[in-house]
Amino acid sequence: MTTASAIEFGGPAVRRQSLWRYWRGGLRGSEFTWAVAFLVPYIGVFVAFVAYPVFYGLWMGSKPSLYTEVFSDPIYQQTLVNTVLFVAFGVNLKLFFALLLSGFFMRPGWWVKGLLMIFVLPWAVPELPGFISIHWMLNGEWGLLNNALFHFFGIDGPSWLNSRWLALGSAVCSHIWRWLPFWTVILLAGRMSIPTEIYDAAKVDGATGLRRFAHVSFPLLANLYLVLTLLATIFLLGNFNTVFFITGGGPANSTHLLATLGIRDAFDLANPRLGVAVVMSALPLLIPLVIILMRRVKNTEVQL
Amino acid sequence: MSTITADTGPARSATRPAERMQRAARRWRYASNVGAAILSVVLVVWTLTPLYNMVMVAFTAEGDVFSDHLWPPNASGNSFWIVLTQGYWYLEYFWHQFGNSVFIASMVTLLVLTIGSLTTFSVMRMRIRNGWVITNAALLTYVIPASFLAIPFYLIMQHYGLHNNPWSVIAAIVTFATPYAIFIFQEYGRSIPLELDESARIDGASPIQIYFRIYLPLMVPALVAVGTFALLAAWNEYLYQFLLLSNKRSMTVPVALAQFLNSDVAPWNYMMATAIIYALPPIATYYAFRNRMSSGLTMGGVKG
Repeated sequence: MTTASAIEFGGPAVRRQSLWRYWRGGLRGSEFTWAVAFLVPYIGVFVAFVAYPVFYGLWMGSKPSLYTEVFSDPIYQQTLVNTVLFVAFGVNLKLFFALLLSGFFMRPGWWVKGLLMIFVLPWAVPELPGFISIHWMLNGEWGLLNNALFHFFGIDGPSWLNSRWLALGSAVCSHIWRWLPFWTVILLAGRMSIPTEIYDAAKVDGATGLRRFAHVSFPLLANLYLVLTLLATIFLLGNFNTVFFITGGGPANSTHLLATLGIRDAFDLANPRLGVAVVMSALPLLIPLVIILMRRVKNTEVQL
Repeated sequence: MSTITADTGPARSATRPAERMQRAARRWRYASNVGAAILSVVLVVWTLTPLYNMVMVAFTAEGDVFSDHLWPPNASGNSFWIVLTQGYWYLEYFWHQFGNSVFIASMVTLLVLTIGSLTTFSVMRMRIRNGWVITNAALLTYVIPASFLAIPFYLIMQHYGLHNNPWSVIAAIVTFATPYAIFIFQEYGRSIPLELDESARIDGASPIQIYFRIYLPLMVPALVAVGTFALLAAWNEYLYQFLLLSNKRSMTVPVALAQFLNSDVAPWNYMMATAIIYALPPIATYYAFRNRMSSGLTMGGVKG
């Protein structure tokens, strides 16, 4: 009650302020000028390199006839399936393994810490050298993988990048290889922020192993896990490097994702509008995800 | 087992359940250690295979690249020497291109830190009214996939005649890295009491003095975390560099490297040696600032 009356009391006073004073807030004289001046660089970057390209892109992709062209393209239809599979498998496998591994890395002992140092290497290595190496490793004739398969098991491995599903699977695995350490480290940080008292209390109540995970760790991590899933989905929807370097979209353009197909249409086919239309077709999925994510981050105050 | 239980007298039967529990616990600990060891081996193999492949191919001699082997028969470090002395036609501008990469990465770091800290200073410390619009715009930029804006961005840069100009790439990377910086600075800055600014203000300090003398020194840990992130982001970026830099003298190492990926005569040993040299600075940076970076990740947000 008291707070409500305080707000009512303060209300008219605020309304009586002139518009100019309202805009300046509590800042005096030259301070307001400084505050605005400090914002100018970012506003400049945002307007010139975010707002302008976004509206330019929307304008480029605004002709409806572009979309009939896009949707009737068989390569695009394949690409749509690829993108859905890539995102679904990529996000869920990656985060599920990251959740399990973050639990593993909570174990005490020097060798687990040492292992963590090795495990984060793929994340420390730039994306491109790693992916180029995997690309060559998967070569059917001269690649390390098939050499090793033949050497150790006497199996003639398939040529990984010459069939659509093997190539797409390879791309998903490569992506997991590169990004699993990153998500594991985040979930590890999430687990470390759980106070040990909670675990001690659970131990007294007899919860160990799987039951501890199901009733203590996971409920506390669930929110973080959900936010990470949303974030990973958004990032993967726009993923370019993985497929570009692992499969190059091949064989016969059968493993493109929306981002790589967009670039191919815009530059290899020299049809930028078509490329923009391909990319824009992801918006019906992207926009709801962004809205859910923003609300989630705002409302739950989750510590990413 | 049965004989042992038969031998135990009635006096020891009282301790038997406790003993059995102890034995079960020991067995459980043993099984979990074996499981952890197996998992560790799997993780090490999984993590290191592509990196081993990189090193292995780099040490392969000229004629042996297209042959079956798990370790090159005539291993030599000659490829590294060729790369460092620019002794192959596609490597003729290697150091120049390396310099371009360094220039772009350092400018990106500097700009991201400057723009990000100025923006958060104005919004969080000077509390300019409606500052939330700026931070929300930044959050929104953070979740727009960079690859989706590449086509309009490329056309705009063409329009401005900034093709083959490193500043176009710097602008692109700064655009997508600054939101993360704002995010982290915002979170970190909450722990610095506003009273510090207030008292300096009462003593007559101008906003610019408060920014340099109070805000920046207290923000050093966050600046280091974000600076490392920006450096690595610039070093990792490929798509915009590939689109915007096509001239041999203006391109960066990853662009030069990827040019040869799909050609039939790709000199794999030189490419891998280049890749390793290119990967070394970020690996060193990463391990040097690892703890700062992971604390940065838990502070604010995530972006690859």
